[in-house]
Amino acid sequence: MNKLELISALKAEANISKFEAAKVVQIFFDSMADAMAKGERVEIRGLCSFFVKKYKSYTGRNPKSGEKVIIKPKKLPFFKSGKELKERVDH
Amino acid sequence: MAITKADVVETICVTNGFPKKQSIEALETLLEIIKQTLESGEDVLVSGFGKFCVKHKKKRKGRNPATGEDMMLRSRKVVTFRCSNKLKNKINTK
Repeated sequence: MNKLELISALKAEANISKFEAAKVVQIFFDSMADAMAKGERVEIRGLCSFFVKKYKSYTGRNPKSGEKVIIKPKKLPFFKSGKELKERVDH
Repeated sequence: MAITKADVVETICVTNGFPKKQSIEALETLLEIIKQTLESGEDVLVSGFGKFCVKHKKKRKGRNPATGEDMMLRSRKVVTFRCSNKLKNKINTK
């Protein structure tokens, strides 16, 4: 399922216009992305939580050529499935 | 402070001009759709954000770290998240 299908499903189930449904979907994902950009945690009960993990710079290797490369410090979101979602997916 | 559902509801109220009750309903409906999709084993792909995938894990031998006891972990399904490049760049720009 992609974003467009999510919007159509929400439109049908929540009885709102397509425009409004698109806004709700956009707000939901944007709010989470904005929070993570600020380094904040996200916690959506029943679905998931995210936190931003910081990685230090390290020397890696190109697995193909064996060449040394310096990996700059980076931040990545870390996903944790919520309890309800976890149980429902693994029934 | 962590972002929660209440914060998202607040933004929906302001942006869509929905009453609070309707904003909560719309968000809960969206969450339910996402959960149902993943429950049925289908992935949810959100461009610009990332992909929620359902992964099948095979059964494997594990060990209880507290007691050291051997045990069999049954095959199970878990949800994984793959971050999109757009989100990754957003998080890494200051």
